[in-house]
Amino acid sequence: MKLTLKIWRQENAAAKGGIQSYPIDGIEGDMSFLEMLDVLNEQLISKGDDPVVFDHDCREGICGSCSLQINGEPHGPDRLITTCQLHMRMFKDGDTITIEPFRAAAFPVIKDLMVDRTAFDRIQQAGGYISVNTSGNTIDANAIPVNKEDADESFNAATCIGCGACVAACKNASAMLFTAAKVSQFALLPQGKVEAATRVLNMVEQMDKEGFGNCTNTGACEVECPKGISLENIARMNREYLSASLKG
Amino acid sequence: MTSSSIARKFAMALSGLFLVLFLGQHFTINLTSVIAPDTFNNWSHFMGTNFLVQAVLQPVLIFGVVFHFIMGFILELQNRRARNVGYASYKGSANASWASRNMIISGLVILAFLVLHFIDFWIPELNIKYLQGDMSGLLESGGGYRYHEELVHKFESHLRVIAYVIAFVLLAIHLWHGFASSFQSVGFNNKYSKGLTSFAKVYAIVIPVGFIFIALYHHINHLIH
Amino acid sequence: MSRLDSKIPEGPLAEKWTKHKNSIDLVNPANKRNIDVIVVGTGLAGGSAAATLAELGYNVKTFCYQDSPRRAHSIAAQGGINAAKNYQGDGDSTYRLFYDTVKGGDYRSREANVYRLAEVSGNIIDQCVAQGVPFAREYGGLLDNRSFGGVLVSRTFYAKGQTGQQLLLGAYAAMNRQINRGKIKPFNRHEMLDVVLVDGKARGIIARDLVTGEIERHAAHAVVLATGGYGNVFFLSTNAMGSNVTAAWKAHRRGAFFANPCFTQIHPTCIPVSGEHQSKLTLMSESLRNDGRIWVPKKIEDARAIREGKKKPTQLSEEERDYYLERRYPAFGNLVPRDVASRAAKERCDAGFGVNKTGEAVYLDFEAAIMRYGREKALTEHIQDPSEELIREFGEKVIENKYGNLFQMYEKIVDQNPYKTPMMIYPAVHYTMGGLWVDYNLQTTIEGCYATGEANYSDHGANRLGASALMQGLADGYFVLPYTIGDYLSNDIRTGPISTNTPEFEEAEKNVTHRIEKLMSGSGKHSVDHYHKKLGKIMWNKCGMSRNAQGLSEAIEEIAQLRKDFWANVKVPGTSKGVNQELEKAGRVSDFLELGELFAKDALQRAESCGGHFREESVEQSGEQKGEALRDDENFKYVSAWEYKGEPKDAALHKEDLVFKNIELKTRSYK
Repeated sequence: MKLTLKIWRQENAAAKGGIQSYPIDGIEGDMSFLEMLDVLNEQLISKGDDPVVFDHDCREGICGSCSLQINGEPHGPDRLITTCQLHMRMFKDGDTITIEPFRAAAFPVIKDLMVDRTAFDRIQQAGGYISVNTSGNTIDANAIPVNKEDADESFNAATCIGCGACVAACKNASAMLFTAAKVSQFALLPQGKVEAATRVLNMVEQMDKEGFGNCTNTGACEVECPKGISLENIARMNREYLSASLKG
Repeated sequence: MTSSSIARKFAMALSGLFLVLFLGQHFTINLTSVIAPDTFNNWSHFMGTNFLVQAVLQPVLIFGVVFHFIMGFILELQNRRARNVGYASYKGSANASWASRNMIISGLVILAFLVLHFIDFWIPELNIKYLQGDMSGLLESGGGYRYHEELVHKFESHLRVIAYVIAFVLLAIHLWHGFASSFQSVGFNNKYSKGLTSFAKVYAIVIPVGFIFIALYHHINHLIH
Repeated sequence: MSRLDSKIPEGPLAEKWTKHKNSIDLVNPANKRNIDVIVVGTGLAGGSAAATLAELGYNVKTFCYQDSPRRAHSIAAQGGINAAKNYQGDGDSTYRLFYDTVKGGDYRSREANVYRLAEVSGNIIDQCVAQGVPFAREYGGLLDNRSFGGVLVSRTFYAKGQTGQQLLLGAYAAMNRQINRGKIKPFNRHEMLDVVLVDGKARGIIARDLVTGEIERHAAHAVVLATGGYGNVFFLSTNAMGSNVTAAWKAHRRGAFFANPCFTQIHPTCIPVSGEHQSKLTLMSESLRNDGRIWVPKKIEDARAIREGKKKPTQLSEEERDYYLERRYPAFGNLVPRDVASRAAKERCDAGFGVNKTGEAVYLDFEAAIMRYGREKALTEHIQDPSEELIREFGEKVIENKYGNLFQMYEKIVDQNPYKTPMMIYPAVHYTMGGLWVDYNLQTTIEGCYATGEANYSDHGANRLGASALMQGLADGYFVLPYTIGDYLSNDIRTGPISTNTPEFEEAEKNVTHRIEKLMSGSGKHSVDHYHKKLGKIMWNKCGMSRNAQGLSEAIEEIAQLRKDFWANVKVPGTSKGVNQELEKAGRVSDFLELGELFAKDALQRAESCGGHFREESVEQSGEQKGEALRDDENFKYVSAWEYKGEPKDAALHKEDLVFKNIELKTRSYK
């Protein structure tokens, strides 16, 4: 198929960027979206132009590197996938596709479609862990039984890949779903309860410091999350936060 | 309390829930203007002259309204700042309802309506009661309480009724998202949420439609007579 | 005379590690504060090592090319992690895990290392649970297990199909705790481009900041390389796009021996290649072989009809299907080790029984499992005479619970519903058992330079068992290296900070900038991918699932030729300042072009078949095992460790003889 790509190009963080148009031909439905961009880049390189820079790594939907706002939606029009799992069969011949970086003040553009998501790392560093030493001198794994439902729910929250689609989709660029997923993972486990209060307070404080917007419960994050992480996690974090604040 | 995003969100939800409650009470009294004008008059007089209502509930309500608006604006400004460069193509409709994405628009319309509402009812009330010192609530002609007649009189104007209808449609939209979402904000999302959300959605439609009904009732009544 | 000293402690196998830990030197906490360690790579091996070292008190600097440590490719491991916990009471033990691993690796790994691995495996699970890793659980609240290929017990712990992700996030969380304490300084979007030796000891690295393009010097008292495997030498593999050999190769060039480079694991259950544009392959977890049955049509006409789209697999009756693994290996059936399963698939496809357009795919069928689980479920629900639809519905639910994310992934890529029609799979390069040679302490032949995880060669011999990579990465990082590195660092308590203002750093930095300039100054005829794809084709065709002397000799020539062409004609657009992904790729491919040649050279010298290394010249000629791989213990019971001597073809071979005192060398039979 033949497509027109409108891609955000920006030399570096300081430069002013803009949308540029690229016609592309010979795209097959079996190609992934990133493979389509590979084809474009091969063409650009052969013409002596700068290839489009974008983050990607595992290309199987788990590392969370790939981003891209495609036709106004993070990871494009398909659901429960990342951009690398989006296949060109979702598009038709003659389509125009707009490709932009994930936009948030907390995710500054590095180059073209590549953004800096280290704000997420800093939120995790503020408390996204259980403070046990890694020496291995812990009790036997089965000495801590965990209710299967809680374990499953904790796992579901833990499947977050930190891609930032929630932030990109949210009209407020809020990082609540991301933060809530980690808070929930630990809040649901007996091992995580010990530090639950300080964890949620510190992580939310860091999240706010990074300049993400406020949650207004639009639910866009849940719809666009490639791992289908539920809004219930945000409610749980609100609960955890409020009770932690009251405890003082 | 407003130091963190979650605290702000919580405060928004609480003030919103409070306003929702008030709306229900306001609607109940207004409804009596259609079915029992005397009851309406009695209630209005009670509300307008009772010390507790005037000196305690009224300031709380005003505070609630002002807080909800100011906080709404602050949040909106912060949220806009959180995305300093906008998207060339943003398909909000793909993942969220119009109501949820445009609370600021529905909110502003409601604010504009409130200004009108205050000019219409509240300021004249203050004038009569506290500047002129007439706490009797009686018509000058002496035919009982004045409240019902004033209300009926207001709804004679086409323009006012149109503004009224538009404002309440937007209020319905505002509540459609706001009421249900306030449960999420206070951390309530569990097996009961589905039922509660349905109730909130029904409420979001019924109350504004009821207000519109009252306005239209009086207006049409006036046209007929 | 070999320069290889494996430093295996004396004493009985089961006591070696404890004795060793008791006898090595320790660094006191006050002195640890004055010692810096560089960890390159933040996957399971690197992340866990960094966290533990920082926790012990060392000052740690971590480096990864990704934008966050959490994105290292360990994240993509799906099926699970082995541990000899014997929670299922099915006869598992440390010895059995040790035995299975050595046998699975076709007797080409070091007994002492493998035993230690099995010994600490249980601790890993304890540790991870304490960290909040949400492993799958049973209704009673205890941990669940599944079985994996090549073994007869259920010892694999898992978190749906995302075990690697959960374990990595655990290690990442442990790192974050130390970053928050200021004990780890993370350098993300940084790529290590050389290791710096001072007086023969590794004392730092040269790294390129991938955002600014700046070349930086970083000094430390020891350098740990946890940089993963080199499967991407095949261009198409299940590795991440950025996975590379560069860090390990730079160390090799500086004196670290490279061991068994030809030992590559070709994983049997990957999604088949769909076309020329393909950039990478996707694995379907081995755990699927617990429930999926692998087959091709019995009749070649049926295979042809399916390829042409005239027949559907579901139209073939049981009698018309050839469940070739169950037929050939009745004892292990669909759960034979990976190398065996891969070769069997290739054999069927080469014989013309392949089932997709390219003829390079076999079926992985869940029909039987769906119906079996469905019936079980109906039984437990006390439903009398359930309808077939109900059974299917129940069964699909069970399968979805177990493998939902994998099935979804398959459907997105192939556009077919694997609940309704069998999956198509084909082997693909997945893991490299070879890597930097290390001694018992995980130290390479460069003093102070350690290698952990997939980057070293140590534990898996010629074939790795499923769910053992995660085990090894975490064992190395959490439980082995933090002890053994202390022994080395105890000599450095008086050294003081290492300066980067020395001729050694100067030379290394120059070396790096010079190489970048050279890459940027190619004639500009072909893109980096052009060369990478060509290299991949040579590797896959001549050093792939089956190898022979002629092909390997050709490969050596062809790769050397391709490398020459690459340096003369590669096109790297842009500049070396700022982000330049083509330059990053070019650097990595330039190293693959050297490694590939050594790989072929290693495969050529190893004229036996063992594990994933199958030499067509070395097969059983008769008996029950006829046609199976023939190992040659008399001549090849060693680790080949290569010393860099300039061109890869000039590399010098050192042999570490493998001594088996606790296991009897046998023909690996899964029949």
